Amino acid sequence: MQHAATPVLSLRGIVKTFPGVRALDGVQMDLHPGQVTALIGENGAGKSTIVKILTGIYRPDEGQILVDGTETHFPTAQAAGHAGVTAIHQETVLFDDMTVAENIFIGHAPRTRLGLIDRAAMQRRARDILTGIGADLNPAVRLRDLGIASKHLVAIARALSIDARVVIMDEPTAALSHKEIAELYDLVGKLKAQGKAILFISHKFDEIFRIADRWTVFRDGRFVGEGLMTAATEAELVRLMVGRSVDQIYPKRPARIGAPALTVAGYAHPTEFDDITFTLHEGEILGFYGLIGAGRSEVMQALFGITQPSKGATRIGEEVRVIRSTAQAVAAGIVYVPEDRGRQGAIKGLPIFQNVTLPSLKRTSRDGFLRLAQEFALTRDYTQRLDLRAASLDQDVGLLSGGNQQKVVIAKWLATRPRVIILDEPTKGIDIGSKAAVHDFMSELAAEGLAVIMVSSEIPEVLGMSDRVIVMRAGRIAAEFAGDQMTPENLVRAAVGIGDAA
Amino acid sequence: MTEHLGRQIPDRLTSPLTRALKSWEALLLVVAVLIFIANSLASPYFLDPWNLSDASFNFTEKAMIAFAVALLIISGEIDLSVGSIIALSSTVMGLAMTAGAGTPVLVLLGLATGLACGAFNGLLVARFGLPSIVVTIGTMSLFRGISYIVLGDGAFTGYPASFGWFGQGYVFWVITVELVIFGFAAIIFGVLLHRTNFGRMVYAIGNNAVAARFSGIRVERVKFTLFLLTGLMSGIAAICLTSRLGSTRPSIAAGFELEVVTIVVLGGVSILGGSGSIIGVVLAAILMGLVTFGLGLMNVPGIVMSIIVGLLLIAVIALPRLWSMARR
Repeated sequence: MQHAATPVLSLRGIVKTFPGVRALDGVQMDLHPGQVTALIGENGAGKSTIVKILTGIYRPDEGQILVDGTETHFPTAQAAGHAGVTAIHQETVLFDDMTVAENIFIGHAPRTRLGLIDRAAMQRRARDILTGIGADLNPAVRLRDLGIASKHLVAIARALSIDARVVIMDEPTAALSHKEIAELYDLVGKLKAQGKAILFISHKFDEIFRIADRWTVFRDGRFVGEGLMTAATEAELVRLMVGRSVDQIYPKRPARIGAPALTVAGYAHPTEFDDITFTLHEGEILGFYGLIGAGRSEVMQALFGITQPSKGATRIGEEVRVIRSTAQAVAAGIVYVPEDRGRQGAIKGLPIFQNVTLPSLKRTSRDGFLRLAQEFALTRDYTQRLDLRAASLDQDVGLLSGGNQQKVVIAKWLATRPRVIILDEPTKGIDIGSKAAVHDFMSELAAEGLAVIMVSSEIPEVLGMSDRVIVMRAGRIAAEFAGDQMTPENLVRAAVGIGDAA
Repeated sequence: MTEHLGRQIPDRLTSPLTRALKSWEALLLVVAVLIFIANSLASPYFLDPWNLSDASFNFTEKAMIAFAVALLIISGEIDLSVGSIIALSSTVMGLAMTAGAGTPVLVLLGLATGLACGAFNGLLVARFGLPSIVVTIGTMSLFRGISYIVLGDGAFTGYPASFGWFGQGYVFWVITVELVIFGFAAIIFGVLLHRTNFGRMVYAIGNNAVAARFSGIRVERVKFTLFLLTGLMSGIAAICLTSRLGSTRPSIAAGFELEVVTIVVLGGVSILGGSGSIIGVVLAAILMGLVTFGLGLMNVPGIVMSIIVGLLLIAVIALPRLWSMARR
């Protein structure tokens, strides 16, 4: 590992404020050539804001950006590009209907003498770059026809085509399979060998320890430390991130399991699932494990009235209820915290309190007329219980970090005083601190007698939080485990369908 | 529940007053006042109360519909068939009138036709999930087409004298019946949008219809209701306009839909849905009325007038965008 004297890019004392929020408060960071710097922090720590400043989307209120030790400004995204900074985002921004070569060279395509795009040269250079990163892709193929991993390669090729010196990777592995992740690691190695400085943002510690050379930790918009990975321990980084040590990861309390809260019998759907039968009790946390595509979310959405089952019946408590719409589900006391927070959970553009009270308007209003005082009171109760971090309750929910948006969605449902709460991947993509808060809260709810279904693909979470686990495979219930039977091996075997005799 | 588990978050950071002062509506008000002053300086006839009363016909009928369309646009939908609904309602009233119907029947038929048209649009959009822009471009041709078939180049004339009250009557002094309807409609729609659960749902749907459904809102029902309301307001506008003109031709209210949408957008309603206010629409309607009337007093030809209105619209829409670009 080489230790370069001057960083390619340095940030000093960067401050960025938004109405009511100090997103960044005097942070610093150094990116060295040929090295991977991991930026670590909880959601809301300021990671996204720093990326936007580095790519010229936001301008800092105070502080310096130094390129090769000289102060520079990035007033526009183009300026950042010229300085050699490029970002590969969580959801990479590329053009589906253009070819690989066009995507790589958009904005800086090679020209002929007449000023027209030199297609031959573009194809040739695209092929060179792709070969350079070991990507076996045809430059003439339309992007629409490629998988996510290949699209990432195109994004990386694009980054290289503008001769980037600093490559920002913002949770690049979030949507990738194991094999694709391994390929990405190789690629990061190649970029390092070419002397690029890489800023790597990730929530996954195994990945950070695997590929990063240095680390920088932000917390609540402040810089809390940096150092070399070789000298770092996981416990130390976690402590810096959350500002306290997370000793007990799964705060599952012993539950007092009560009467059946939800009974599902023979639920079926023409294409998604079949023969789903189970009983959920008051005070119980029932885990649903399975591979992606096993039909878990589809079952939950049918229970919540989003889709209609072709067969089957539900009983809530002692009562048979037919649920054909979400409104009926909410009225029956079943609520659902969706996996896709941005699209299905929080309503961005509406203030926090309006998000929270939306399904409870009947209770806060009088004769159909809004009563804001009641709405604020209800919101205050539940957001405080969930330890929401926000500037004010009339702040746009879209301005909150992912973890805090999730808290708003959960608060929204708790405010309806449900009997059954279904949480679909409740901690996916949120940081350790918020994760612990959500887990803590789930335990508390179950202890209060609420019936909880938790769909999760993380085995430690399923095992740590559930009283009982149902494993689904290909739209059917493959197995059910409780007590000593709940082992990682049993879950995985049932999910992939090997050794049914286990 | 009030134990100090979490930190205290204030309800609001900026007071409602500060928000109001910085709002789009405040800007519209300033522009409207400026135009009012400019008009009264430019023409000595402008400030005459009877003139101003006449001028109100420039916007009252369109504004009635604009209130309902504002709600539709906030919810993320649109209705471009409103002018044609007027034509069809007016035609139905004309047919009934020729058959000897009296004023009460005419009014009921006008409203019923509007509601029926709205229900048809609403059914296609809410029940069958078709995009409203396509559906209402279709019904725009359909509804007016029926009027053309019924009327050809002809016209219905000879409405009963009592029917004239809606478009030609005065409640007292210079206050026309239409102005009163406009005022009531503004209050009713303002309360509906800003003070009721229904209005809150409209905003929620406009910002994210999927998440609204995932929050237990009957999205389709709300949208259907909005189309019904738009149909109803178009029916009321049809009664006023037919009464004012005293006749029905198939070309009646041609081009209304664009002026209605212009008023809504000028009023600060986001064409993408999710935000806007009734006060804004009221101000925009008055502003449009002032501009066209003022230009009329100065003998500016109609073509030039529409150019000026178009430029005004673009200027007002571009302003906040430029403002936020300068601030970033």
